[in-house]
Amino acid sequence: MTSAPGRSAMRMPWAVGRTSRRILRGALPGISLALVMLGIAWLNQRAISYFGLNLMLSLGVPVALATIAQMFVITVNDLDLSIGNFVSFVGCVTATWLRDIPLLGVTVLLAGIALYALMGAVIYLRNVPSIVVTLGMLFVWQGLAILLLPKPGGKAPDWLRGLMTLHTPYVPFPIIAAIIIAVVVHIGLMRTSYGAILRGSGGNPNAIARAGWSLLKTKITMYALAGFFGVLSGLALIGLTTSADANIGKGYTLLSIAGVILGGGEFIGGRVSPIGAVIGALTLTLAGSLLNFMRISPDWQVGAEGAILIIVLAARALINRVEVRAS
Amino acid sequence: MITAGLALAVFSVITGVAQMFVITLGPGNVDLSLPANIGLASAVAMKVMNGSDQMIAAGLMAALSAGIGIGLANYGLIRLLRIPPIIATLSASFIIQSAGISYGRGLQIKPPPAFAEFTSVQLAGVPLLAIGTAVFTVGVGILLHQTIYGRSVLAIGQNSRAAWFSGIAVERIRCATYVISGALGGISGALLAGYFRGSSLEIGDEYLLASIAVVVIGGTSVSGGKANVPGLWGAALFLVLLLTMLNTFGVSAGIRFLVTGLVIIGVIIAAGGYKPAG
Repeated sequence: MTSAPGRSAMRMPWAVGRTSRRILRGALPGISLALVMLGIAWLNQRAISYFGLNLMLSLGVPVALATIAQMFVITVNDLDLSIGNFVSFVGCVTATWLRDIPLLGVTVLLAGIALYALMGAVIYLRNVPSIVVTLGMLFVWQGLAILLLPKPGGKAPDWLRGLMTLHTPYVPFPIIAAIIIAVVVHIGLMRTSYGAILRGSGGNPNAIARAGWSLLKTKITMYALAGFFGVLSGLALIGLTTSADANIGKGYTLLSIAGVILGGGEFIGGRVSPIGAVIGALTLTLAGSLLNFMRISPDWQVGAEGAILIIVLAARALINRVEVRAS
Repeated sequence: MITAGLALAVFSVITGVAQMFVITLGPGNVDLSLPANIGLASAVAMKVMNGSDQMIAAGLMAALSAGIGIGLANYGLIRLLRIPPIIATLSASFIIQSAGISYGRGLQIKPPPAFAEFTSVQLAGVPLLAIGTAVFTVGVGILLHQTIYGRSVLAIGQNSRAAWFSGIAVERIRCATYVISGALGGISGALLAGYFRGSSLEIGDEYLLASIAVVVIGGTSVSGGKANVPGLWGAALFLVLLLTMLNTFGVSAGIRFLVTGLVIIGVIIAAGGYKPAG
């Protein structure tokens, strides 16, 4: 998957043409993933096996879903600081109501998505910054999660547990799941005409509005999609952990933002890449394992994520600078 | 109760001043590294003071330097990588957080008695810290409205291109603003460690929301260029009293979070954006 563009990256960036530089930039996520994989393979060859990959990557599935959720919000030039706590809330609902009273559970999860859509509408209509609104929502989700599950507990529904621990032949389930997520979102957002409108509403809202599309509708759609993938992320997480607590997804806000950036997403202009975002999420998940293999103290786990983020952004800034100089 | 409320409001006001300067710089400017900064600075201060009264000044200086360093690092990332401040301060906060965890592991040093005393001493029922902060905010008001630096921050927030054309050293002002924010974060870390009788990493966690909330509720424009210093006090007291009231009713932590979140969203919706939609 990564070898072809990876090869073009072996040459120096300033020695290659304009198209190659674009490919290089597009290949950055793949290169980072390959580097982390190589590092793991070098330190512990047995880790690169069906069982090892299954173990290391399984937590990558909920992270990838949360990253996709964040990507939808970033596409319309916003930032969702509440996604981690939303995933926690979904986790608490899943481990309690969805198991015991499925109808209530499903209704509450749908209401969660509706609240996300409402959030999008409010941010657009009142023209307020997304970080303040989502920061407020962070506390709302956290409050609801604590009310629902004051102490860690609950139990995952059996069907969910079964799905997440599926043993697929030859290729580990997390890899198949990641490919499905990436391809479905890629087709939806990058290959359909309304997907282009959605991205355009982040890139050039005025043009989209003049062409007669409702910016309110695109904002609502993007936030609803973010809510939907946030729900999927919470479900996947509980399927893996089997029980929930009110802070279970806390780290996902930062992970998801880092994943989108690592995957080549830009903050302004609706430039995102679903495939890149999924690769970015997997890279961050594997980076955790790599640090373990390197015997780096877990204290530095978060710091390493930050460092990876800064290195990738620095690499991108370098490529952009070379590009500006060349043109 | 009012005394305790005032003391808690003080920390929201100090971090709020830090966030206010940054937010006033214009859309996209926000310092997300404040909580991590406060956590690290609280550990640094306690370690340097090491429980000894002679080292109080040194500890405060160390916390201040840590904060200034973080501010410089934030600005460096913004400038060198040309990334939005939100992302720069977020990535920096990852690293600061790890540094804090690693540095402060198992740290159980009590603040020097004189320092702990200083953070909770009262004059006629009013905490000394609150009086100090009130004087400090008056200074902030003068800095913001009467000095070249403050006027420049406001100008950049209104239109950074116009500010640049009129000869304002935009980048230098932005750098100074992030350094001020970092420095205030460092100082509040040290003071919090004194007030709560010890440092902890989570000590600054609530000040991300609190600092932004105080700024927004206090009437500073979120799209920059318009700051309101007295509003910080109003908003901080409002939030503290709200929490005190909820505590008196004996509601659970869940409800408290829920109400805080809803109040902030309610205020921001009511205030609306500075520029018309579209």
